[in-house]
Amino acid sequence: MSHIAPKSMYYTIFGILMVMTALTVFAAFQHLGVFNFPVAIGIAITKATLVVLFFMHAKYSSRLTKLFVGMSFFFLVIMFALTLTDYMSRGLKTYPGGAGGAGYGVRSAAPAHEAPASGAHKEGAAETAH
Amino acid sequence: MSDAAAITGDAHAHGHHPDLQHHFDTLEQQHEAATLGMWLFLVTEVLFFGGLFLAYMLYRVWYHEAWVAGSKELSIALGGFNTVVLIGSSLTMAMAVRSAQTGYRRATIGWLLGTMALGLTFLIVKVFEYKDKFDHHHVPGYDFHVDAAHAGIAGPMEIFFSLYFTMTGLHALHMIIGFGLMSVITWMAYKNRFSPQWYTPVEMSGLYWHFVDIVWIFLFPLLYLVDRTQ
Repeated sequence: MSHIAPKSMYYTIFGILMVMTALTVFAAFQHLGVFNFPVAIGIAITKATLVVLFFMHAKYSSRLTKLFVGMSFFFLVIMFALTLTDYMSRGLKTYPGGAGGAGYGVRSAAPAHEAPASGAHKEGAAETAH
Repeated sequence: MSDAAAITGDAHAHGHHPDLQHHFDTLEQQHEAATLGMWLFLVTEVLFFGGLFLAYMLYRVWYHEAWVAGSKELSIALGGFNTVVLIGSSLTMAMAVRSAQTGYRRATIGWLLGTMALGLTFLIVKVFEYKDKFDHHHVPGYDFHVDAAHAGIAGPMEIFFSLYFTMTGLHALHMIIGFGLMSVITWMAYKNRFSPQWYTPVEMSGLYWHFVDIVWIFLFPLLYLVDRTQ
């Protein structure tokens, strides 16, 4: 009825997924600076794509099904892109030093706390220190 | 197609496959509709988990220091082991679907039991990971506590662990539901309900199981790995 893939295909994909899992753990300990994150995400997206195409048979599905598969990714990108363009650009114009500190920008607008990282959650720290 | 047959419940009277529903013309059409419906459900699942990943991303930018400290509390050994186990269970699931496609009942049952065993292994390891978090007071709530070196970022670290428990907890819940699905499918296979012409439940459960695997494929690097060199 539908496409029957050879067993060897499943074993090959599993092998590639295992290699990529080892690779992502290895990469996590290399000092790649800002590239650690994109490398990890890139490997994860590649692994997920292999699972979708071969284990979930998307490669052998009808065009309508493929459209639905693409749709999930499309809406996910919309959700991420529109939200992040907002949050990541806050403080670009108002906070000295700009881009790196989407959060710094947000927090510098709040009057009660002096500045970056540690200040914003003093109340939380006080509660939890026994 | 006679009404009399429908009324008496004699589905076999009009010479088509017993698992072909009356509102479909062919088994192929029925299979296509099931696949499409399952993928539509998975689209909603992608967006459901997507919202949590988005929350993770935003807080990660805001409280990077806390994210680094929180991430380093997690065990790569256990997380990595579980990744191998779960991808392995995706392989056994794919083989179960293939066995159903080709009509090997015993192999289908075997691969399904293998998938359930691997899924159970994953959940048991998760229990030990969670217990470790309870022992170290890293569970968000009144007893939450971090060591003195991180006292200044205790609040943001609590957010990290909140997301850790929400994301891995919902993932584990999906696995428990998947385990239930597998039990039903295995029972149906045991009762010889599937044939190369009709094995839709096996394939749809497979799609669900692979999706849950994909969620973990993203959770593992994001929670356990990305901040190790910071």
